[in-house]
Amino acid sequence: MEENSVNIQDIREVLRQFILTEFLPGESSNNLQDDTPLRTSGVLDSMATLKLVSFVESRFGIEVEAHEAGIENFDRIADIATLVTAKQTG
Amino acid sequence: MSEAKVASLVHYLERSASRFPDRFAVVGPDDRALTYSELNAAAGRVAAFLASRRVSPGDRAGLLVPKSVEAVAAIWGIMKARAAYVPIDWKTPAERARSILTDCDTRAVFVHASALETVTGCEPPRATIVVLGAAPGAVLPEGAVRWEEAVANEFPDLPAAVRTRDELAYILYTSGSTGKPKGVMLSHGNALSFVDWCSEVFEPNEEDRFSNHAPFHFDLSVLDLYVSIKHGASVHLIDDETGKNPKQLAAFAERRRITIWYSTPSILHLMTSLGNLRQGDYSHLRTVLFAGEVFPVKHLRELKRIWSKPVCYNLYGPTETNVCTYSRIPETVPEERADPYPIGWACSHCQALVLDTDNRPAGPGAEGVLYIAGESVFQGYWNRPVEEQKAFLTIDGARWYCTGDVVVEDPEHGFIYIGRRDRMVKRRGYRIELDDIECALYRHPRIREAAVVSATANGEVRIGAYLSVAEDPKPGILEMKMFCAKQLPSYMNPDLFTFVGALPRTSTNKVDYTTLMKQLQGNH
Repeated sequence: MEENSVNIQDIREVLRQFILTEFLPGESSNNLQDDTPLRTSGVLDSMATLKLVSFVESRFGIEVEAHEAGIENFDRIADIATLVTAKQTG
Repeated sequence: MSEAKVASLVHYLERSASRFPDRFAVVGPDDRALTYSELNAAAGRVAAFLASRRVSPGDRAGLLVPKSVEAVAAIWGIMKARAAYVPIDWKTPAERARSILTDCDTRAVFVHASALETVTGCEPPRATIVVLGAAPGAVLPEGAVRWEEAVANEFPDLPAAVRTRDELAYILYTSGSTGKPKGVMLSHGNALSFVDWCSEVFEPNEEDRFSNHAPFHFDLSVLDLYVSIKHGASVHLIDDETGKNPKQLAAFAERRRITIWYSTPSILHLMTSLGNLRQGDYSHLRTVLFAGEVFPVKHLRELKRIWSKPVCYNLYGPTETNVCTYSRIPETVPEERADPYPIGWACSHCQALVLDTDNRPAGPGAEGVLYIAGESVFQGYWNRPVEEQKAFLTIDGARWYCTGDVVVEDPEHGFIYIGRRDRMVKRRGYRIELDDIECALYRHPRIREAAVVSATANGEVRIGAYLSVAEDPKPGILEMKMFCAKQLPSYMNPDLFTFVGALPRTSTNKVDYTTLMKQLQGNH
């Protein structure tokens, strides 16, 4: 791994804080786990996902294609972080 | 040019099928298309099947399917059988879908394979189930028929004379005040009066290509589906996923060379802000229609800057009347304008009246509630005589529908929309009764009290839920969000959950909504 690439755990933290502030104000960060389902559970609807995708794009300087914004990559914090890492190193 | 009144929407399909048999009538999200003769034939086969299953004139048939050319053929087939279609969001929670199917006692249901359990779990069971999108070889439950088998038989067109304008065409379910959705009954005459008004104002022709963004359970779809067919034009269906994706929507409108676009302002705003519209070729687009909510003028100005050529109209009307007032947006939106454009004057098929709290005409410049009479006004609420009676005011023998919307008449520009009188709010074009959300929250075993309020900031409606519990520990926000997602459509899921020791009360021990609203407004 390169010296300046962001650690995957840091990415997860950034995502967690954004989701908590934006969509779950008042929730404690312990309850939002890396593997908490977000889309399939209805916590994030399509509008919220759109916001999350554009945040991810601008925050991590990557481009997310429409077909990549489905539940395979955007249902859990862990999956989003994996996608971001893959995009940054790829 | 005026023409004799026809009795049924079906007449327009059959007329276009004989005038333009080889033109495309409907194009699906997957690019599959049906010509007018194919659509008319497919609809005839659906009607034949329904008749063979003893679906009679006046019966209801449910529809829980994603958009496709088959879904449109099913709608026309149901109407050819002189039954009314009841469109339901195929992704809505099963409980809600079932309560609608049971409420209007559907005799047949067209359902996508992925939502089959919703329908089979109904008590009593729905008589006939037609399954779309079933995998080859999939085993279907008893009483269910594959679409492909259902449409195998031919059916002659019913003679036009047997149809009448007061037969129900469709029932659209909207949020109800008792926590149960209520069915708005609309007749062929209701729909036709609106469709014919559209002909007058928008002057469509067979070269037009209509977008269909709204889902079929949303009354905006009535314009897309029927005005297009009346004139031999084509209607282009947009599926759920594309419908929420600004770049895909922009690409869709360009690729299909849409000439008449109709959607809520939210969607148009999404496209102007994130759809890269400037890079596309929209030279075919001549008319842009929006309805369902207020278009913040800032966002409308952005739209007009990019799409300067097409003529824009602001259409207004609840499901109960369809569009009843409208205004044409000027070519340029002045920089200094901050107020949204008026909803305008009554359409030619409607009359409008503004009454004050004593039911006296409010007069120009004064706030009052908007009442609508005329041919497009709905027949009533399915099985809800009490609410139906409350919805109307009879003046000199004429029925006036109370919209519950507060407006002010501006003698120069028509009616100016002020807001909802009661606790209904609109979000993303959907009407939401805040009490419905409270009802859902009360179903949570640990919730003692629930009060739901809304606040608007920067043109966005936010919903806040205030809750108290019988005893600690309190459920988490995440848990509440997931709980609501199981009970309610996503547009009704609150944005904010706040736990309080006890809800604030007024002196008469009613929930103090005013205080909660202020709190929510301050929470931005």
